[in-house]
Amino acid sequence: MKPAPFEYYAPTSVEEALATLQTLGYDGKVLAGGQSLIPAMNFRMARPAALVDLNKVNELFYIKPTSDGGLAIGTMTRDSVVEKDPLVAERFPIVPYVVKHIAHPQIRNRGTFGGAIAHADPAAQIPALSVALNARFLVRKQGGERWVNAEDFFMGPFMTVLEPEEMLAEVVLPPMAKGSGASYQQVSRQKGGYAQAAVISVVVVDENKRCKDARVVLFSVGETPILSQTAPKILVGNVPTAEAIAEVAEKISKEEVDPGTDIHGTAEYRRHLVKVLVRRGLTEAFERAK
Amino acid sequence: MAQTVKIKVTVNGKQYEREVEPRLLLSDFIRHDLGLTGTHVGCEHGLCGACTVLMDGEAVRSCTIFAVQADGHEIQTVESLGTPDNLHPIQQAFIEKHALQCGFCTPGFLMTLVDYLGDNPNPTEEEIREAIDGNFCRCTGYFNIIEAVKLAAQKMASH
Amino acid sequence: MAGKYVHQSILRLEDPELITGNVQFLDDIELPGMLHAAFKRSDYAHARIKSIDVSEARKLPGVIGVYTAEDFGDYIKPGPLQVPPPTAIKGATYVARTTMPIAKDKVRFAGEPVAIVIAESRYIAEDACDLIYVDYEPLEAVVDLEKALQPGSPLVHEDLPSNEAGHVRQERGSWEQAVKEADLVIKRKFFINRNAGAAMENRGIIVQWDKHAKQMTIWCGTQSVIALRNQTAARLGLFESQVRVITPNTGGGFGPKINTSLPDDVLITYLAMKLDRPIKWFEDRRENFLATTSERDQVHYCELAVKRDGTIVGLKDFFYHNTGAYNPYMMTVPLNTQTHTVTNYRVPNFLTEFYVVFTNQMIVTPVRGAGRQYGVFVMERMLDAAARELGMSPVEIRRKNLLPANAYPYYTSIIGQDFVEGVLDSGDYPTSFQKTLELIEYDKFVNEVQPKLRAQGKKVGIGVACFSEGTGVGPYEGARVTVGGNGKVVVTTGYTSQGQAHYTTFAQIVADQLGVDVKDVKVITGDTGYFGWGAGTFASRGITVAGTATHLAAQKVRQKALKLASKILEAPEEELELADGVVRVADIPSKFISLGDLATLANPMRGTMEPGTEPGLEAVAYYGPPYGATGAGAVGLIVEVDPETMQVSLEKMAFVHDCGTPVNPMVVDGQIHGGIQMGIGDAFYEELIYDENGQLVTASFMDYLFPQATDMPKKLVLGHMETPSPLNPLGIKGVGEAGAIPIPSVFTQAVENALQETGVEFDRDTLSPSRIFTYVQQAKGA
Repeated sequence: MKPAPFEYYAPTSVEEALATLQTLGYDGKVLAGGQSLIPAMNFRMARPAALVDLNKVNELFYIKPTSDGGLAIGTMTRDSVVEKDPLVAERFPIVPYVVKHIAHPQIRNRGTFGGAIAHADPAAQIPALSVALNARFLVRKQGGERWVNAEDFFMGPFMTVLEPEEMLAEVVLPPMAKGSGASYQQVSRQKGGYAQAAVISVVVVDENKRCKDARVVLFSVGETPILSQTAPKILVGNVPTAEAIAEVAEKISKEEVDPGTDIHGTAEYRRHLVKVLVRRGLTEAFERAK
Repeated sequence: MAQTVKIKVTVNGKQYEREVEPRLLLSDFIRHDLGLTGTHVGCEHGLCGACTVLMDGEAVRSCTIFAVQADGHEIQTVESLGTPDNLHPIQQAFIEKHALQCGFCTPGFLMTLVDYLGDNPNPTEEEIREAIDGNFCRCTGYFNIIEAVKLAAQKMASH
Repeated sequence: MAGKYVHQSILRLEDPELITGNVQFLDDIELPGMLHAAFKRSDYAHARIKSIDVSEARKLPGVIGVYTAEDFGDYIKPGPLQVPPPTAIKGATYVARTTMPIAKDKVRFAGEPVAIVIAESRYIAEDACDLIYVDYEPLEAVVDLEKALQPGSPLVHEDLPSNEAGHVRQERGSWEQAVKEADLVIKRKFFINRNAGAAMENRGIIVQWDKHAKQMTIWCGTQSVIALRNQTAARLGLFESQVRVITPNTGGGFGPKINTSLPDDVLITYLAMKLDRPIKWFEDRRENFLATTSERDQVHYCELAVKRDGTIVGLKDFFYHNTGAYNPYMMTVPLNTQTHTVTNYRVPNFLTEFYVVFTNQMIVTPVRGAGRQYGVFVMERMLDAAARELGMSPVEIRRKNLLPANAYPYYTSIIGQDFVEGVLDSGDYPTSFQKTLELIEYDKFVNEVQPKLRAQGKKVGIGVACFSEGTGVGPYEGARVTVGGNGKVVVTTGYTSQGQAHYTTFAQIVADQLGVDVKDVKVITGDTGYFGWGAGTFASRGITVAGTATHLAAQKVRQKALKLASKILEAPEEELELADGVVRVADIPSKFISLGDLATLANPMRGTMEPGTEPGLEAVAYYGPPYGATGAGAVGLIVEVDPETMQVSLEKMAFVHDCGTPVNPMVVDGQIHGGIQMGIGDAFYEELIYDENGQLVTASFMDYLFPQATDMPKKLVLGHMETPSPLNPLGIKGVGEAGAIPIPSVFTQAVENALQETGVEFDRDTLSPSRIFTYVQQAKGA
């Protein structure tokens, strides 16, 4: 289990990294934390011709508050840094809680926030989290940049809108609205293992406890993170009842997810989990909403 | 000729300069290029934790990092902890609680715990289990390792 | 039987070096000029090899050679049987199709080697594997155990009439009679899955040939140095003395490392000679999953004949056993299943029959438990089924049928893996069962805790199961004990160690006999250069068989020391004692001679050696028991099941074990702990899964779920009993596999109990939450 040979580039600035990616085109692959890519390379399931290692690009490691009460996270910020950052915990308490569920401490010490997004593993937490929090991504290439909403970023399993010469540079989390509450529910065979089904729920209520917004994002049960269309339809404008939540859970599990049968669970079981987890998640999120 | 890269790495306080192929795994570099064989390799896909070392003080898996990426960084391996005559408190606790049998996974546990107990000197049993969840052991069922971590925490507190 | 050291929990002598990285594991060894091997492995489970193109691979810089079966000529043939066929069993039939070192013409499991690359580094060797092109003609794969025996099934070995590899039928009493006497005959079918040994250190081998000395040195973490040495020598036409096998520190064995005459040792010994360079092959995890041996799937059809009051009158068990593509290990695993089906209970009539089946899957050989857990699983499940149908509690039906404490020796009439009739040498099963009930607080749980929690909507359940473990079987092991001029003692044995603390426990045995400090006893295991006889590390026999040989050798040395000291000190032997590293006159402590001085004097440099004596304070002893010593115990488990997600939480486990005299109780606990982890894996997590094409879909730790710290029971209580074995002087029974054996049984029962109101009944092990969910859905629908 030794990786195949590759060319190695270790730029020290974003400019240099973008120039390298531009030159390499389809041959180039960004190396961020490497906690998914390097195992795949060891199995020789991934054999990039060239790696552009961002670990020496110091300007990509940061967590900055934005003036509107949100956060800007540099793409190379390690998961463990996000997990332990007091500002993150203060502004987005759901974030460290979700991040804690990523694999094990040693992986989080190396894995990066942006890397997980760009990798777009349908079973990964951070892509779903970014959709649930309505994140925006700064995508850069040599001589240009664009902003992409998280919702529009993921195209399929391990596929995103990123072009070969592009790089995800920054993740911006808009502030949590007043009256919001969030919950994370996951079932996996083991702690740190891939979720068999998982849901991140972010809801907003007004002062009369009426639901203003409900972002319910499922993952590990389809090809990309799935933002439920049903949840806001049924919930927004009403005070959420147990019946309404159950209805959302039922509908999502029947209509919006597409889990497959794999060695650890049948599609039927995983669909059932979606129903249970959505119900538990929304109930918890509304309880927390304030 | 395969590309090689010159790297400077500090391992257990000693600086090494080597030419390495970019694909050389840090675990192989530590073990075979530097001869520090205390670090073990159990899966080479980032699951078992046997190859855990500290990189700039943080526990990481050396099988999923390339040696070139250690350039300019500080690595610590089990060889940096104690000697048979002067054991690190975690090592002492492992022996006293019979927390190792074949000993193959042990260096990975130790390095994970050096990092963990440094930040969390007084963990609960549940926290201990979570802290070592990324290290596999086939011999001990973890029961005595958990006891050893409790004892190590006490020993380190009284140090 | 306690001594100054025996029966004491002394800390392990090997630990300070082991824990500081000051030891040598296989892959730590670097030799000058060493080359590295990698295997090109089959992508297909079953295919004909039309051609192999190695030309590009050979051209790659750094590649020394690429070899296929063709390049080895007549050297390539099926290896020897590792275990002889069970001719002692009347009517047993078998065919032997042993391991091919490298596929010739046809591949029979995915992962079977088709070529070997020798290169300057492992990285380059793997690059070269990618440049080998094999043209296959895919064949339909034999995957399903039962379909494999149906007419028209594709054949794993086309020279055979079917995929049947063997058949054994044993009966005691009369099943027919049992049916007549029974009030009720309960029928069930059970499915048992495959597990990996998954030692943390993978397998590996380093071979060095010294062409001048005509001497081969092999470093290998094998569980049997003697088999590896002898088979290598025989194959290469060398004397055994020309081959030295050394086991470095080894990172766990658990069964699969017992195997010899596998592709690596067959091919690499040959190539190291041919190329005149040392060669290393260190298996990677993917290879370990694909191509190291693993264990068993079995399908059981079982019938239990009972009286209305729960008394067992008979059991019939018919099962299929998957042996994979080859069967070098013959029938050890299914025979263990057979013998362990009825070893805890009175079963007057027992009919047991199995077919061994070839499939296009990796070879099956023992993994910790070695089939025992499935005999136990079948019996415990049948008791649960009977309790359910008779309206009894699981406790009551077990109590009713457990062998009484005065039953020993108990002759089972069933011949086991050691080819002798199974005899339970000693034990007290009712007491261990009772103790377990107390430790798990069974009555309190059932009468108070469970109703209260159930009223709160919690699904909590309890299970209790009994088990036995035939351990310490023959043929024999040996040991040499030598006192040096420095007064310290060396023990050498052909037995091998993979972490079981032999360096401490054997030293404890010797220190007690010779009156030396345990730290002054050095134990050397698994090096044929030191000791060249023995069978190997299997069947929980280290401390029982090799430990007893060590004890006997130490006793001989003790006699020698007393005899010689008696002369020198001019005192009768009866008045002498060995203590503190000296032999002294008991009443006159000032009159003594150190063991070191005695050892020096025991090798006279001039004069005449007295007839009938042997030089040195040294002795060799061998020990071979007539049959194995049977350890036993019971386990209780409390679980909580999330009624919606079916996630299972292990709340508390109580495990009572009887291994006779525990030489080092701390080590015994450790063995049980590790066994429990493997048992939990077996019951809930670990599973080697093949798809319909014979592809292993769990060839990494991402898919093969290895139990982690958070998967272990929240609370574990161990209980101990000591009914010494009459078979050996220290009264020892083995314990290495015990922990693993009863866990699938107790887990299944406890989860069933937690979900009692659904009426669910499980007929398999490895109950993932998804499987539990499916069972519950079916039960609700029924």
